[in-house]
Amino acid sequence: MPAAETRRAIEAVWRIESARLIAGLARLVRDVGVAEELAQEALVAALEQWPESGVPDNPGAWLMATGKHRAVDRLRRAEVHDRKTLELGRELELRGETESRDLEAEIDDPFDDDLLRLIFTTCHPVLSTDGRVALTLRLLGGLTTKEIASAYLVPESTVAQRIVRAKRTLTAANVPFEVPERDELGERLASVLEAIYLIFNEGYAATAGDDWMRPELIEEALRLGRILAELLPSEPEVHGLVALMELQASRSRARTGSHGERILLLDQDRSRWDWLLVGRGLVALERAKRTGGALGPYTLQAAIAACHARATVAADTDWEGIVALYDALGQLMPTPVVELNRAVAIGMAFGPEAALELVDSLRCEPALSGYHLLPVVRGDLLDKLGRTDEARSEFQRAASLTENTGERAALLERMAACSPRNGT
Amino acid sequence: MRVIVMIKANEQSEAGEMPSEKLLTEMTAYNEELVKAGVMLAGEGLHPSSSGKRVVFSGSDRKVIDGPFSESKELLAGYWVWQVKDMDEAIEWVKRIPDADEGTEAIVEIRPVFEAEDFGDELTPELRERENRMREQLEANG
Repeated sequence: MPAAETRRAIEAVWRIESARLIAGLARLVRDVGVAEELAQEALVAALEQWPESGVPDNPGAWLMATGKHRAVDRLRRAEVHDRKTLELGRELELRGETESRDLEAEIDDPFDDDLLRLIFTTCHPVLSTDGRVALTLRLLGGLTTKEIASAYLVPESTVAQRIVRAKRTLTAANVPFEVPERDELGERLASVLEAIYLIFNEGYAATAGDDWMRPELIEEALRLGRILAELLPSEPEVHGLVALMELQASRSRARTGSHGERILLLDQDRSRWDWLLVGRGLVALERAKRTGGALGPYTLQAAIAACHARATVAADTDWEGIVALYDALGQLMPTPVVELNRAVAIGMAFGPEAALELVDSLRCEPALSGYHLLPVVRGDLLDKLGRTDEARSEFQRAASLTENTGERAALLERMAACSPRNGT
Repeated sequence: MRVIVMIKANEQSEAGEMPSEKLLTEMTAYNEELVKAGVMLAGEGLHPSSSGKRVVFSGSDRKVIDGPFSESKELLAGYWVWQVKDMDEAIEWVKRIPDADEGTEAIVEIRPVFEAEDFGDELTPELRERENRMREQLEANG
């Protein structure tokens, strides 16, 4: 095999194996930072040896064995007066003796609890969200610092900093490499789901840069979610999050027009939706509902997305069903944005009058002041009620609030279209 | 990226012979691994071409031809749809497919799926974070 080809093969092996490699090593050394260094050393050894020897039949086992040897070497070299290290070393050697035969079995069952421990560690609530996201992409996604930096359009040094800081925080807080106990699981899982959804949203609604979607982050978040759903099959909100992401991602290619402009959900060409992902999303939603009890916030949002997905044409949308789901979501997440969404759904289901009342009650919400979609929604409702003068001024206000020139033009167009003849 | 991984037919699959129990067991384990890795999006096995049809288009003419079809290497016995980072990852996964039954040959072809990811770049570098986030959450907004 030519050297370049071997190198690419090694990178692919790394992509597939790195998370479980780091996870397995972290269980031995009880420190994800050290585990990552050891995994990197194993990778370097592969890069040195495989071009000569060829890629081994079981590359994952090779990397794990190499990483483990490095761990033992490193602990032997450790300073004698460091009692903690010594203890760790002893423990590790003991494990090395007793567990060497289990290693094969462990590798045959690659996605065991180690991976789950790793996810709960990189998404630990003690970390900042930036730190969680960077560490998760790095250790579970197998992305390089450079790849993360380019996905987030920040300098590489910023990402490197975040990762270093996150590792230090974990060490300083003495975070154990464990799956949380039952009583803690809810809170810890919420932290994991949040991190994955943040990655997804950064991909789906990029906050920086010229492109407003970053497919690689969407794919990475989906992959992490799908992996987590297999690791924690009995947790309904994991399936709820996967369903939400699959359903949102299914619309990606219909969200943009030929000139890069956004196309709103109700105007999208539904034949351009990714029906494979729609199907997967609906299955994941069923799993979430089957798995347990009252629907959580991710499952409810997925259920709302599913109402849209089930309507083959926009006019068939089950708006009353959506209102009921927003009612439930509003109980769990009583935020003005959820309320505004609920108002839109009420307007579609029961007519503009009922919705306008709710929207008016939101006008003094500080969180929505300066938020241009509030006057957009209000203008739309007024327009439908034939109150065109008021509608026009709402669209004008919305146009003055948006920073986006394309959007401003669209709003001014909308304003011009509000003529009295629409007063039906 | 998304790839379709096509398992080409061979004499055995075209004759409707099931793979050995050993291979079936290994395939099940392999499929599980794909699912656990978040790689597998879909996959199906296909009946032999004897139960298939071809529709030949010629101008406005449509002619239906019954299977079986010859040239088995051009036929499919099954396929997967995978989500992978790149072609190299797909190749690495394909290499891990269990060995074919003794005496049979297997060919697996990997083809990337077109992605409509050439999103426009004329849009709004200056969109604000909060607007973006809130916008995404707004009903009927995509």
